[in-house]
Amino acid sequence: MAFAAFGGGGAAAVAEPAPLKKSWIAIGLLAPGLAYLALFFLAPLVSLLLTSLQIAPEGAGKGEYIQAFNWANYVVAIESYWPHILRSFTYAIIATLAALVIGYPVAYFIGVTARKWPMIQALTLTLVIAPFFISFLLRTLAWKQILGENNWIAQSLHGLGWLPADQTIVGTPFSVVFGLTYNFLPFMVLPIYASLERLDRRYLEAGSDLYAPPATTFWKVTLPLSLPGVVSGTLLTFIPAAGDYINASQIYLGSPQTAMVGNVIDRTFLESQQYPIAAALSALLMGIVLVIVAIYVRRAGTEELL
Amino acid sequence: MASPGAFAEAGADLELVGIHKRFPGFTAIESLDLTIPAGSFFALLGPSGCGKTTTLRLVAGLEQPTSGRILIGGKDVTDVKPFRRPVNTVFQSYALFPHMTVLENVAFGLKRRRIPNAIARAHEALQLVELDHLAQRKPAQLSGGQQQRVALARAVVNRPALLLLDEPLGALDLKLRRQMQLELKAIQSEVGLTFLHVTHDQEEAMTMADTVAVMNKGEIEQMGSPEDLYELPRTAFVANFLGQSNLFTGDVMSDTGDVIVVEVAGVKVAVPKGRAQRHTGTITIGVRPEKLVLHESAPEPQAGINALGPGRVTDVSFSGVSTQYTVAVPGLGEIVVFAQNMAFGPVAQVGAEVWVAWQVEHGFGLIDEPPGEDRFIDDTSTGSLAQQTRRELLDELGEG
Repeated sequence: MAFAAFGGGGAAAVAEPAPLKKSWIAIGLLAPGLAYLALFFLAPLVSLLLTSLQIAPEGAGKGEYIQAFNWANYVVAIESYWPHILRSFTYAIIATLAALVIGYPVAYFIGVTARKWPMIQALTLTLVIAPFFISFLLRTLAWKQILGENNWIAQSLHGLGWLPADQTIVGTPFSVVFGLTYNFLPFMVLPIYASLERLDRRYLEAGSDLYAPPATTFWKVTLPLSLPGVVSGTLLTFIPAAGDYINASQIYLGSPQTAMVGNVIDRTFLESQQYPIAAALSALLMGIVLVIVAIYVRRAGTEELL
Repeated sequence: MASPGAFAEAGADLELVGIHKRFPGFTAIESLDLTIPAGSFFALLGPSGCGKTTTLRLVAGLEQPTSGRILIGGKDVTDVKPFRRPVNTVFQSYALFPHMTVLENVAFGLKRRRIPNAIARAHEALQLVELDHLAQRKPAQLSGGQQQRVALARAVVNRPALLLLDEPLGALDLKLRRQMQLELKAIQSEVGLTFLHVTHDQEEAMTMADTVAVMNKGEIEQMGSPEDLYELPRTAFVANFLGQSNLFTGDVMSDTGDVIVVEVAGVKVAVPKGRAQRHTGTITIGVRPEKLVLHESAPEPQAGINALGPGRVTDVSFSGVSTQYTVAVPGLGEIVVFAQNMAFGPVAQVGAEVWVAWQVEHGFGLIDEPPGEDRFIDDTSTGSLAQQTRRELLDELGEG
């Protein structure tokens, strides 16, 4: 099953066979992939880092920079935009947790409860994947309409007095986090489903036999056994959510007050053409994500995973 | 019912009353009434698919009976959730939690019941199965036999009123198996727990259990001490599932009060009346292979001795302690004889003409149910037909 690929991290630790003799066939097969990585990943990365150190010479026009080692760009980027960086990670963490809380029961239903009914299993799985057939942008715009002032949701909330008359849903941190959660939910559900689908029900029976009520069996047995899926799912949700610039943009669900680091990069690069600042922000984003992911995987990986 | 936080002081009675269990498409247990007294070691013996594992799962609470009641220690637990039953199971698949160490696995039940010194008790249980040195390993790092012992420790450590064993020694080698059999018996008599042991291994059932119930097609065929079941089987199924039997069918000719005489292929064979289930009409009688004696010449007719022959030895297989002879007797088919190797070499060679004889008191007469079994025909769905065919095939294999 293709989704099993998402479950990666926790696969059984099977000893790798000793490497085969150096062979030109292996090198030949690897070459396209390595060339691709060098050309489309390594080269742009180096270019990005170099750009982040550029400086505008005396009397240069807009968007004109020369190569230098101007570390001050990073200081400027952090000083000017630290609230956006912080907001990005806050939103991403909340959206990831929300996606986990919503996605885990869905994955459990598809992977465990629905095992008895293959038709329902296939149907629910399709429903999880189905949104991908419609453009990400269109779906986000659709939510802007649904949550908009002219729709019944906002109007009922106003009518009930739960939402002040001068407040909207769209353009708030809530709508941005909502959009992030919605858009990345399938990336949470699928890996957890892949983990739970392999869960042996006999472990649950053993738990029950050993005096554990269903809730205890879940915390002590089911959840730890599905942790590889949870780790994959949270990473697949958190990393793109932290860098997202669609949901938080004013055109979609955000407002200037909800701008995330992605929106800042978008603006500094395309509008004000401050290429070094945009590059420095990108490098910072990447660096922080790497550190967070490394700490997370290490903690989850050594203590809980199989 | 044991309250959480306390060990069972002693084993408890188990009573199954009118248990019937249907799965979609087939009936696993037709009708089962069973009482297992507290402190006994009870074995449920039968071929695959006979309903013995379903019975165990019903007692553990992992399945619900379609009808009938389950009582443990006099209390009705039919509707009690498995985690509230004073019962532990050694699963056939072990079902050790793969993400926990051996020690955590064994301590799991104790911790759920908040029993003090859970870790120390878990270590004790591991010492009992001689695996304490592997306490910090994960189950995947153990061999099949070691995993099985961990599963045993994980159940026994809880001192349940009733311990359920689902083919618990299947993966062990012979030596360890013997050792564990003794160990289990020792634990059982020491603590006085009630053991319900499900197995298809007749030798295991006979060596370990006080009482054995032979199960077939969702019903108990016969129940009793291992000696009784072996020496006096009531049905052809029991006679062949528990060891081997030579069975002959014939009409009852006369009844002298003490013995009945059955004509088998023209020869009169006497069977003690007390050891025959039926005394009139066509009956099936039998005798165990080790009770037979081979003769190279026709034995003198003698009171108290039955003799059949002549026949030809078609196969001789030497197995150390004894030699198994297969003798083809015209009109009777093949008779199997186990002879102790009291002399060097086989007593008779392949092709030799021999007679077989046995003492009258060693024979038995079966109740011999008519073969038209319509017990499962109430459901004619494909599933049930397939299930029935599978059972029949398994029966055939089981008797081989």
